[in-house]
Amino acid sequence: MSKKHQSDGEMLKGTLDMMILRTLVTGDAHGHTIAKVIERMSENVLEVEQGSLYPALHRLEDRGWVTSYWGASENNRKAKFYRLAAAGRKQLVRETSRWRQMIRAIGLVMGEEAMADGGTE
Amino acid sequence: MSWLRFFRRGRADAELQEEIEGFLAEETSDNIARGMRPEEALRHARIKLGNPRGVRETLWRQNTISMVDTIGRDLRYATRTLTRTPGFSLIAISVMALCIGATTSLFTVVRSVQLRPLPFRDPGRLVMVYEHFRDASSNQEGFNYNPVAPADFFDWRAQTHGFEDMAVWRYWHFNLTGERGELPEDVSARGGSWNLFPLLGVHAAIGRTFNESEDRLDGTAVMLTWNLFERRFGGNASIVGSQIHLDGKPYTVVGVLPQWFTYPDAKVQVWVPYLSGLPAAVVQHHDFHFSRVVARLRPDVSLASALAQVEAVQYRLHSQYLNAPVAEDVAARTINDDLARNVKKPLLILMCAVACMLLIGCLNVANLLVARGAARQKEMAIRGALGAQRLTLIRAQMMESLLICFAGGAGGVLLSLSATRWLTSTWKNLPSAADIHVDGVVLGFACAVAFSAALLAGLLPAISSTGKAAFASLQASSRTVSGNLSRSAIRKTLLTVEIAATVVLLIGAGLLLRSFVRLRSADVGCVTENVLTMNYSLTAQKYGSPEKANAFNESLLEKLRALPGVRGVALGSTLPGEGYGGDDVFTIKEHPAPKPGAWLPDALTRWADPGYFSVLQIPLLKGRFFTSDDRLDQSKKVIISRQLARQYFPGEDPMGKTIHVPAYKDSDYEIVGVVGDTLFQVGVPVMATMYFPMLVGDIDNGKSLAIRTDADPLATSIPVQKQIASLDPELPVSDVQTMQQAIGDSLGNARFSASLVLTFAVLSLLLASVGLYGVLSYLMTQRTTELGVRMALGAQRDHVLRLILFDGLRPAIIGLALGSAASAGITQLIRSMLYDTRPLDPAVYAVVTLTLLMVATLACMIPAWRASRLDPMQALRAE
Repeated sequence: MSKKHQSDGEMLKGTLDMMILRTLVTGDAHGHTIAKVIERMSENVLEVEQGSLYPALHRLEDRGWVTSYWGASENNRKAKFYRLAAAGRKQLVRETSRWRQMIRAIGLVMGEEAMADGGTE
Repeated sequence: MSWLRFFRRGRADAELQEEIEGFLAEETSDNIARGMRPEEALRHARIKLGNPRGVRETLWRQNTISMVDTIGRDLRYATRTLTRTPGFSLIAISVMALCIGATTSLFTVVRSVQLRPLPFRDPGRLVMVYEHFRDASSNQEGFNYNPVAPADFFDWRAQTHGFEDMAVWRYWHFNLTGERGELPEDVSARGGSWNLFPLLGVHAAIGRTFNESEDRLDGTAVMLTWNLFERRFGGNASIVGSQIHLDGKPYTVVGVLPQWFTYPDAKVQVWVPYLSGLPAAVVQHHDFHFSRVVARLRPDVSLASALAQVEAVQYRLHSQYLNAPVAEDVAARTINDDLARNVKKPLLILMCAVACMLLIGCLNVANLLVARGAARQKEMAIRGALGAQRLTLIRAQMMESLLICFAGGAGGVLLSLSATRWLTSTWKNLPSAADIHVDGVVLGFACAVAFSAALLAGLLPAISSTGKAAFASLQASSRTVSGNLSRSAIRKTLLTVEIAATVVLLIGAGLLLRSFVRLRSADVGCVTENVLTMNYSLTAQKYGSPEKANAFNESLLEKLRALPGVRGVALGSTLPGEGYGGDDVFTIKEHPAPKPGAWLPDALTRWADPGYFSVLQIPLLKGRFFTSDDRLDQSKKVIISRQLARQYFPGEDPMGKTIHVPAYKDSDYEIVGVVGDTLFQVGVPVMATMYFPMLVGDIDNGKSLAIRTDADPLATSIPVQKQIASLDPELPVSDVQTMQQAIGDSLGNARFSASLVLTFAVLSLLLASVGLYGVLSYLMTQRTTELGVRMALGAQRDHVLRLILFDGLRPAIIGLALGSAASAGITQLIRSMLYDTRPLDPAVYAVVTLTLLMVATLACMIPAWRASRLDPMQALRAE
């Protein structure tokens, strides 16, 4: 894992929680699956560091946005599954709309330069 | 929520570990599915996971409240260091337990006596109003609060409007007899005006309190206190409305007072209306001072202006009765202060003594901690060098003193539980003694004391051992010969203060003790050994005529004289040492009439039977004793005491002169004799006394029997009581005790405070000498090498001995000087508690100085001697 690759995959602060919540919309999952789904859906741009995944999961659980239970994984191993709670679903809606506003705002600010960049390519 | 997480973080960590295991397994199997070899797959999975410990630590921190965690760590660390040196910890903890226990006990008592409001309605507005005489002789023992004459009270109440209401009560006692031959009993009683209970805001537990129509001279209503109600009437509520017999007269029980009501003291058994049973003449007198006035302030009137009104009335009365002892002034104090009047000063002194001891204890622990700090200097330096902040180091050290003080505090509270019980049972006339107990406030106080003690004891050592100089120990070579100078300076300063405080305590204790010894050996003026005393009083119902009373008294005396082992029997109204009794003013017929505005002569009044003086061995100075002919209408005789003769017949012969006593039958009495002085109370100056013949046959006064015996007087008490019962089975006796016990009772509190302060002082001396010894031993170890060099270079052993000895004695001597100087000021505070002892008593100062020097020398001698026995070779090699 090169240094460059890592910095490319670095996530914006606060977005990991939102993405975890998003992955849980489709169904309960355990840590490994969550990480894999995020990586796959981001076309392997985002690499989820385990060092932040597990603390994040615990944080979400503390806030009551996800609940957890022990179950068997698809390979029949004991694993801790996370489920999206009602409060988490609301939070996801809030986060998503905030994220969209942010993207739009950043896009407006960066607009011309981004175009210029696109132009040279 | 976060607390929950904090305490569950161990479990959270275990779960996380399992989750990580699961992740590794999944990733590995994914990798195998991608076609890797198993070990390769696991390696890649691990690479992807990164450092699992890092993940766990992140989560652990996330779940931790950092302050609690660090404090917890300091606490564990301190516990471990303390348990590693159990000797030190045990000493330090017991020192603190002793000091905190004593402080807590005393606080418990002070709180109940002084600080806790009485359980009355709005007690802050209740005051006691007294008469106050302005002349110097009345005030020589402090500001006087004179009981109030009934007529004064009625004028105050009728003519002033500054108080919401004023009520009055008086002391009394009754013979309580049963209907069906139950044992008779002498019960302590109070007469309270009908408005007293409404004024205090007290309701009857059963029945009602008095009403206005019952408060009259022939009133026969009575209220029982809970104690008597439970004890004698089995708590049967049907007693309300029925009759009981007091002094042979039927009284109707109108109510029972609640259990908590123990005002003015817990010994009171019954209450009657104020006027009930008082002679009509007494009520009209302005100079019969026997009542206590309780007043409730109006919310809109200040105490000063309310009192000013009463004062105006009183001054008018004073001008009206110029020669009679009617006070010019009034004085007031709160009802709380009034109850605590006798114990306020001793409590204050004990509080000071105990605070002194607490200070000494703290200094001692501080000293011990400084010594430990020295041993851990390297550790501190290394921790500091590795980046520990100074605050962290101080906190870690403070934790130790906190632990010591709180362990000591816990032990102290346990100690104080029993100490408080002991205090309340040993200390006589402590008001509301039954209510004194340890509660939340007291526990809070103990915690506060422990905490401040920890700060006091821990901060100085902690700061001194973590300062910049501490790091120098890393640079210092192991062959540095002089000890850490600043540190030993701190220890010596602490020691000096400790010794100074000890000296103050010792001198205070010495003065109180000397005063007590003086009291103890004071000559009462009569024989006190092998004398049994007891009291009884005859009731008007049975002994209405003087002949009947005389017949009973004389036949009793005759029967008692016949008892085996009895050498003589005296019958009087109040025996020497038994208290004030009562006084009356008089005029001397042969002298010119007193000038207007001058007080009339005043003397204590006593009644005595013919055998009284000879049995009690009160010497006859002139004239004769009473005879059995001085009875009934032949009884207008008086015997005066030497003090009365000296005071009112200076340079003339009192024999044959006539004394006129307006209050006592308004009659003339011929002086037939002069007898030696007796003390009515030990520790109080002699007062002029006049004796009247007992055979006048009055029953107004209680009777005190004094029986002189050959051997143990208490063994005679049962036969005597049997004789009394054989003459009148309904007559109770009270206060059966030896004369020495009766006199000792009045000394009880003097002995008590003296011995308590002495105990504190001795403990402090012990603490100080342990401190001295500890400091010196420590200094000696630090200077081992130096001493070795000195000896190797030819220093003599006795030179080394002197060196170390004076090193240790210097703080002791400085402390002694400081302490003596401080005592000279501080002991002025206890001047009023000292009897025949000056606050600057040279003997006490000398004894204390010698004791301290001796103990200090002894404490220094051991380390000094050890230093002089050093083998220089070994000392030099010891590095």
